[in-house]
Amino acid sequence: MKNKISHLPLIILFLFIGLTSCETSYVDIPKNDELLDGTIEGLSSSQSSQFLRGDAAVNEVFTRETGLGSTFVGTSCINCHAGDGKGHLFTTLTRFGQIDETGNQFLNQGGPQLQNRALPGYLPEQIPAGATFSKFTPPAFSGLGFLQYVSDTDLLAMADPNDSDGDGVSGTVNWITIPGYSIPSSSSITKNGKHIGRFGKKASAFDLLHQSVNAYNQDMGITSVFSPTDHYSNLEIDPEVATHKVNDVVFYLNVLKAPIQRHQNDEVVNQGKQLFKQINCTGCHKSELTTGYSPISPLSFKTFSPYTDLLLHDMGAGLDDGYTEGSAKTFEWKTPALWGIGLSENSQGGDYYLMHDGRARSIEEAIIMHGGEANNSKNAFQNLSQSDKNAVLKFIKSL
Amino acid sequence: MRLKPTYIFLFVFLSNLTSFAQIDPSLLKRIPKDTVKNILNMDALYNRPALNINKTPISIGGYVEMNWQKMTTDGISEGHQFQARRLSVFMSSAISKRVKFLSEIEFEDGGKEIAIEFASVDVEFHPLVNFRAGIIVNPIGSFNQNHDGPKWEFTDRPISATQMLPGTFSNAGAGFFGKKYTKNWMFGYEVYLSGNFDNSIIENTENKTFLPAAKNNPERFEEINSGEPLFTGKFAIRHNKIGELGISYMKGIYNKFQDDGIVIDEKRRVSIFALDFNTTIPKTKTFITTEFAWIKVDVPGTYSQQFGDRQYGGFMDIVQPVLKRTILGWENAVLNVACRLEYVDWNVGTFNETGGNIGEDLWSIMPAISFRPTSQTVIRFNYRYQKQRDIFGNPPAITDGMSLGISSYF
Repeated sequence: MKNKISHLPLIILFLFIGLTSCETSYVDIPKNDELLDGTIEGLSSSQSSQFLRGDAAVNEVFTRETGLGSTFVGTSCINCHAGDGKGHLFTTLTRFGQIDETGNQFLNQGGPQLQNRALPGYLPEQIPAGATFSKFTPPAFSGLGFLQYVSDTDLLAMADPNDSDGDGVSGTVNWITIPGYSIPSSSSITKNGKHIGRFGKKASAFDLLHQSVNAYNQDMGITSVFSPTDHYSNLEIDPEVATHKVNDVVFYLNVLKAPIQRHQNDEVVNQGKQLFKQINCTGCHKSELTTGYSPISPLSFKTFSPYTDLLLHDMGAGLDDGYTEGSAKTFEWKTPALWGIGLSENSQGGDYYLMHDGRARSIEEAIIMHGGEANNSKNAFQNLSQSDKNAVLKFIKSL
Repeated sequence: MRLKPTYIFLFVFLSNLTSFAQIDPSLLKRIPKDTVKNILNMDALYNRPALNINKTPISIGGYVEMNWQKMTTDGISEGHQFQARRLSVFMSSAISKRVKFLSEIEFEDGGKEIAIEFASVDVEFHPLVNFRAGIIVNPIGSFNQNHDGPKWEFTDRPISATQMLPGTFSNAGAGFFGKKYTKNWMFGYEVYLSGNFDNSIIENTENKTFLPAAKNNPERFEEINSGEPLFTGKFAIRHNKIGELGISYMKGIYNKFQDDGIVIDEKRRVSIFALDFNTTIPKTKTFITTEFAWIKVDVPGTYSQQFGDRQYGGFMDIVQPVLKRTILGWENAVLNVACRLEYVDWNVGTFNETGGNIGEDLWSIMPAISFRPTSQTVIRFNYRYQKQRDIFGNPPAITDGMSLGISSYF
């Protein structure tokens, strides 16, 4: 009997271990609509594998040994796009040196991007005297593949440069010169040898490859076969990132799922959605776009809700920083996609840093900062009752 | 080439087995040590169980630890893992009455990493003045000095002692140590000049100031990156009824500030201050051990705040024996319940751009049950719940999971 009792603690211990080992985690899994990462549906096994390789590449931290710098903004992709979401002011980019469509006048002085950090032993760049500049907070990664495959025809159909319909909203595309490595699709539309840009605050990047290659080179100082010139020395050097890795990153960006709207059945959210349309926010923040053909079949001919038209709009003098890219005017900005905006706090350190440079600290403040073509909608919002305003804000936050 | 460490590991392991098999066991004399008794942390090196072979002057010992674990982060798990974390082999020898040699060779992760963690010659001039030279473990905090797996009730080593302080950071160096015992008091000190940190502490793929990155530099045993030695000093005091308090300090220049006689950078310093304390509450036999450290690194202002200039963190282990008696035929077997609390902030400060607090911190709680059939062997079951925030202070990644492991001296 005594012997049995002496075994009791061990028996209890092993029973405890046995029971608890059936379930090793007691933490709730985050809901799919609370996360920006994850893939679009319908990927094949090989596509999923490439997504994972891209995920690893996006998380790769560069050092001096692997090519970082010598001057840079961030040390990895994820440094600026935490959780695939909007970035923080810590990694805000500064671009300088272009005031009109004649091009950047400061390319030989470090333009267009300021590398504001430097490896020990080096000095970071300074904005040259006389150069105007603008700050850009990093955008979210999610859903970019859908935006990539909206056809040029659709973009031009939404554009209304002369405001023919008289609603106060025009919208135009940014005609840009594309780099040699970007291969336009057969349906790509050109004008005087220029193509339509769709990524970046000024829509000055043609596609996700263009955007990624620039980010490697200008944000981290990582050369690639696509962009072999080291921005610090201005010399062509061996690629510091493998081509397959760049391609994996582009694929990753293409197939990241679109943000999922939360509280879709909430009465106030739906009321806010109606008001959002009623005050013509949807004049620019289009609620529905459709992709054309995509070589990634799950992205082909899909209708989605990004709340953008990918067009440039006059946003008024208050948002005119005196800097631009491509054929955009200094006061023109591409309509940012609103999807995922409600999750921005989760990637911006619990705060909101909205508008192109993070100057708006809340969604309401961002609305108030709209000017130019958005004046009518802004005024309409300000004239709403407080409960209606709250409904609009709740709707936007649900995106 | 990648398999080389594995072959070395297998060779040493098998040759050990073989050599033991050829020796008449009656010639083997086990020198038992109560590895949990109250002594100074700095005595840990001398207080390891060992095996003497007949009348040879060499003692051999070591410890092994392995475990199963399944951890989950934000709902995603890598599944079940069996891990052969560590095999350490000690060899010591009394060269003469007052000249001793001590060494520890560690094979980590099944031989993936092999390191001479410790190999020193100790020469006693006076109990208070002992000269030590060789590969030394820099005595910052208590865990560095007293890290043998079988002494702990937790499979994982403390995060602050391994991911903030460089756990078991050893360097070529020399210095002095000494001890003084009176009735209930013990005093001890250690001072060393040794190999140093290098630029990797602020240029690494951890994307944060990370002192353990210096451990990856194999050149550190033959060349100091800055050309300036690292100072490490520790003073410890113990009262048998109160406990032991340790105060340690480390300072050095980590960067290569000149090359070929040409000054290429400013001298950049790293300094660490650590406090450790351990005690056993006499009435309940509750054992408490804790260690906290503060780190300051001179990071160039033109670099990135990604790499912080201040760090802070520590841990506290509370171990409560609940049964101490003969269990399954093991005399003096002990069943403990324990808990570890941990906190690390890798980047203390605020963002220049926003004035907001920089994140990059972690806290963890780890309850445990451990069973010690003897004082030299521990079977331990741990559950970890951990929250870790990124640099921006975004919602934390939550990790939890369980581990079941064994660690034993041999």
